[in-house]
Amino acid sequence: MPAAAALTETPPLGAPVYQLRNVGKTYARNAIKALDSVNLTLTQGSFSSVIGSSGCGKSTLLKIMSGLIPPSTGRVVLQGKPVTGPRRDIGMMFQQATLFPWRTTLENIVLPIEIRDGKAAAKAARDKARALLELVGLKGFENTYPGELSGGMAQRASICRMLITEPAVLLLDEPFSALDELTRDFMNMELQRICTSRNATAFLVTHSIPEAVILSDVVYVMKPRPGHIAEVVEIDLPRPRTLDMMTTPKFGAIVEHIRSRLDKEAFI
Amino acid sequence: MSLERIADSSPATEEDTVWKEETGWLDRVPRAAKMLFVFAVFILLWDLVTRFGMVSRIILPTPYETLKDLIFVGKNLLTGQYMLGALWITLKEVFYGFLLAMLIGFTLGVIVGETAFGEQAIMPYLVAIDTMPKVAFAPLFVAWLGFDIDSKVALAAFIATFPIVVGTAAGLHSADVNSRNLFRTMGASRWQTLIKMKLPMALPQVFTGLKIGSVGVMAGAITGEFLGGGKGFGELIRTAASQLNTPRVFSLILYLSIIGLAIFTLVSFAQRRIVFWQKDRVSTGGEG
Ligand SMILES: Nc1ncnc2c1ncn2[C@@H]1O[C@H](COP(=O)(O)OP(=O)(O)OP(=O)(O)O)[C@@H](O)[C@H]1O
Ligand SMILES: [Mg+2]
Repeated sequence: MPAAAALTETPPLGAPVYQLRNVGKTYARNAIKALDSVNLTLTQGSFSSVIGSSGCGKSTLLKIMSGLIPPSTGRVVLQGKPVTGPRRDIGMMFQQATLFPWRTTLENIVLPIEIRDGKAAAKAARDKARALLELVGLKGFENTYPGELSGGMAQRASICRMLITEPAVLLLDEPFSALDELTRDFMNMELQRICTSRNATAFLVTHSIPEAVILSDVVYVMKPRPGHIAEVVEIDLPRPRTLDMMTTPKFGAIVEHIRSRLDKEAFI
Repeated sequence: MSLERIADSSPATEEDTVWKEETGWLDRVPRAAKMLFVFAVFILLWDLVTRFGMVSRIILPTPYETLKDLIFVGKNLLTGQYMLGALWITLKEVFYGFLLAMLIGFTLGVIVGETAFGEQAIMPYLVAIDTMPKVAFAPLFVAWLGFDIDSKVALAAFIATFPIVVGTAAGLHSADVNSRNLFRTMGASRWQTLIKMKLPMALPQVFTGLKIGSVGVMAGAITGEFLGGGKGFGELIRTAASQLNTPRVFSLILYLSIIGLAIFTLVSFAQRRIVFWQKDRVSTGGEG
């Protein structure tokens, strides 16, 4: 299986994993130019964020990267192979948890395995799922149905579901925007830990500048009409990042800089 | 002053401010009592109307006559006499009719709800047939299938199939964008998406169709018997009516309605067991 092979041959740290060249998207339905010639390269093990006002094409970009929709122009390459549809080595997380109420939390988490490799494989993955649940603080909720989980708990469970297949790239579309700030900070630190420990490449869409800065090596600032990357901000805070860093002057300066870049056009 | 102090200094001697929400006295009466009240009023009116001869006895028997006949029919059924045989025949028609309707309705519903071909090429015909007065097909079914239970089963199934088709198809369409996208990113095949996501998600609406169908199936069986003879409960009603035995007609209809209610309850029970998660949100959120 070629995708499995791609998983094992992890490229060295810093090697390009994801490459987008001149990616554009025009929605045929309303002839809206949602994206215009986006260029970006994600390197192995890096954490990048894209930030921008509502409707500037962030979700569109993520959908193209994940292979959910085709681009109108340009080229998307992941680990040397063009993206022409959903792929095994991509883990995607949406704004909503989308757990299925007829499956227990544990069954929800092993669902990707069940779909890819069948029921037996899913059963074998249960121990791994339990370990993941423990990691995100949901130990003891294995057999609860999602209807009994809070929004934050459901979101944490859906992280486990994304991680269980050990994807090389994590694409996250505002995954924690429904959470309260404390939980959100905690989840962000968890996310960082998980990504570093697995050497995963992550790409995060967010509305929160501090969140983007505390997590990322690179922040892409997007502007609308048509959506394009207006600025690339490198964040050279040391790793691992801690929540304490959010009170440092350097952090504040970076946040201010990004905010000023956004302000100029966001509310025209 | 520390926080504790502030809390302590609040006056402890004053009384709690527990207060009751206002409720009308009618809200406090138990539901059973309210239902009983309506029932009593109904019987009273019925009794008044018949007692003072406002309506002919043949048109409307007294409550007492009806009760007497209810007991008579009940005894007949319990002791396994001819009425039980008739009931058994009707039950068989209802059972097979419903089974057939479920099989055909569900299959058609999946075809129409899942495939573009079904939706574009088959659904219009189904809608067209659904708008026809289906009872009018009864003589045809009799001509094709004879006076035995087959023609009644066919009519019962014919009537009950459409709500099940519509429920299943609508249910399959109810899968939200998030769930679809999620399944696509997981690389699920069409079959997997159908089995593991769309069908479970469709179940609440499938059951809505089943409930509507369960009502129609009884109507179909009885209409079939009215128009196609046989030895079922419908035939008993028809005979009683032709003999102007109105109390009998009333009590037979009452027993039928009990059976109808039982079928409906059975479907509701199955729904609660199978769609145990209903009332919970199907999934969280709505963005695409
Ligand atoms: N399926 C679609 N069909 C037509 N137009 C679309 C579609 N999806 C998005 N658009 C348009 O593309 C533009 C970008 O949408 P997108 O969802 O990518 O924005 P976004 O940056 O994710 O916004 P938000 O921060 O609010 O989620 C918008 O103008 C939107 O109207
Ligand atoms: Mg979006």
